[in-house]
Amino acid sequence: MTSPSAAPAAINSYKPDQNTVDWLRERAQFIRLETIRLIDIAKTGHYTSVFSAAEVFSALYYDVMKLRRGEPGWAERDRFTIGKGHAAVGLFPIFADLGFFPKGWLDDYTRLGSPLGDHPDMRKVPGVDFSSGSIGHALSNAIGMTVAQRWTGKDYTVFCMMGDGEMQEGQVWEAAIFAAQNGLGKLIGIVDRNGFQLDGRVDDVMAIEPLDEKWRAFGWEVHTVDGHDISAVTELLRRLRADDTRKQPALVISKTIKGKGVSYMETEPGWHLGWLDPSDAQEAIAEIKSKVI
Amino acid sequence: MNAPKSPNTWQYRELNAKNPGLDHLSNGLIELVKAGHNVVAGSADLKYSNGLNRFAAAYPDRYIAFGISEQNMVSAAAGIATTGVVPFVATFASFLGLLACEQIRMDVAYGGQPVRLIGHHTGISLGFYGTSHHATEDIGTMRSIADLTIVSPSDGPQLEAAIRASADWDRPIYFRIGRGRDPVVYEGSTTFSFGKAHVHGFGEDLTIIACGITVHAALEAAAAMKAEGRSVGVIDMASIKPIDRDAILGAAERSRTHKLMTVEEHNVLGGLGAAVAEVLTDEGKGIKLKRHGIYDEYSLIAPPTHLYAHYKLDGAGIREVAEEFLRS
Repeated sequence: MTSPSAAPAAINSYKPDQNTVDWLRERAQFIRLETIRLIDIAKTGHYTSVFSAAEVFSALYYDVMKLRRGEPGWAERDRFTIGKGHAAVGLFPIFADLGFFPKGWLDDYTRLGSPLGDHPDMRKVPGVDFSSGSIGHALSNAIGMTVAQRWTGKDYTVFCMMGDGEMQEGQVWEAAIFAAQNGLGKLIGIVDRNGFQLDGRVDDVMAIEPLDEKWRAFGWEVHTVDGHDISAVTELLRRLRADDTRKQPALVISKTIKGKGVSYMETEPGWHLGWLDPSDAQEAIAEIKSKVI
Repeated sequence: MNAPKSPNTWQYRELNAKNPGLDHLSNGLIELVKAGHNVVAGSADLKYSNGLNRFAAAYPDRYIAFGISEQNMVSAAAGIATTGVVPFVATFASFLGLLACEQIRMDVAYGGQPVRLIGHHTGISLGFYGTSHHATEDIGTMRSIADLTIVSPSDGPQLEAAIRASADWDRPIYFRIGRGRDPVVYEGSTTFSFGKAHVHGFGEDLTIIACGITVHAALEAAAAMKAEGRSVGVIDMASIKPIDRDAILGAAERSRTHKLMTVEEHNVLGGLGAAVAEVLTDEGKGIKLKRHGIYDEYSLIAPPTHLYAHYKLDGAGIREVAEEFLRS
């Protein structure tokens, strides 16, 4: 469900059909399973940061964003920047699947000479619209891409995913006031509100609520969605992307569960970083395959 | 009373008249736009200080007001550059090269984006505005960032030439420029090439390698020393990175005293002197190098000319340091 709710007719017109929902759900599962496979190669990685964002990744790359398979550099494409760059391990399988680079690259994830590391590098990996790894930059990168449409004449939408812990970075708010001041309606921010950062619960470490009111006060149109309800996520992002009348940037607070899909990861913040022994990996894979998220 | 009476009275928006050297910044950018380059400019609330208000007046649609948000400005410029548009973003060097250092590393240089960073009022040129506004570390911070070109023009015409040359340089660039009150070294116009110094002669007694505002002062010092029979040359090392190794080695080979000197309004650690020292040691030249500048301390508060005299960075001061070095 989304809020604030727009006219029901408008919502319904963007509602994905059941086939699409099933497909996007399957792709989210694919993202989780590939994440387990790649992290097994690296022997360490950020499972849970991907698992909270898997439905949003699936909705964006397999439905909402304007992309061309095999053409990661297409000038008219929609862009995606990510502040929580450590979730890149969940994006690389998508990029390979979309033909942005050979699938074989995935098999050497993080090995010496691989273009694929824990954080994404735009100069090495086709499909990465901007490098990430230093938290707080991504929204600024996104506003640069959005504002540049004035001088390129290209028409696209820019999506930026930020972590909820990222809200503690001052640069985010510099970018937020710029985007509102410049009426960047083609910019859509997404906060993956999974509630955790490295040292613990976000609201214990450095509270960020009321997050919706903060963004609204900064001049953004704010929406909240259950980030694991693939139908609701897709519907909301489709509608925001299609709205040509909006003169302000939009922010989606995606309420998620860090580690969603593997039960013990959902309750232990230590799983921000880790590795599954092959026997545990098999059980995690079985659990992910057995559930409909 | 509707207006002040004296014609000498001035307010902030009339500041450009006092900083004519900075006219060259806007002139260079206007020239690029006229030549068909998709160039835009932005500043962090300092368009009257850096003179970009002239560019903004000429091309209001190509100017971006970032407000007081240097980090956002740099990261956004990198985002702009991904689309093929070439952004020039400017603020005080003290903030650009330090406050936004990580954004420059991460988004501009590591990102490989051809952003043009303009750090102005560098060194101690902001005088009594205070040490917070002095930039005596920016060469050091910027020089250690891979894939970042550093240009330190000695005057307005050279700045304009460097901006012109940037049209054919697809790497990220940090321009370290003065306050716009710098004495003119190159009357009329000049040329600039990345990786090339402007050699004003090699000296058998001493060659002084300088950059920025200290080039004019070094030329003054050299002229005075030559008048007394010394053989003194000056190299304007406007291209700090890539540095002109041939010019440095040429000076070393011509030196009878086996002495060279560098001058910069920057900490003697990490700056031009350090860059020159690296070349000399790499090549095993056995040269004694006097690195003159700010000696690893925080600069004082005073009017700029008083500071240049105090730190022996004016013509007389450089001459004094050079003579002492030659006697040592």
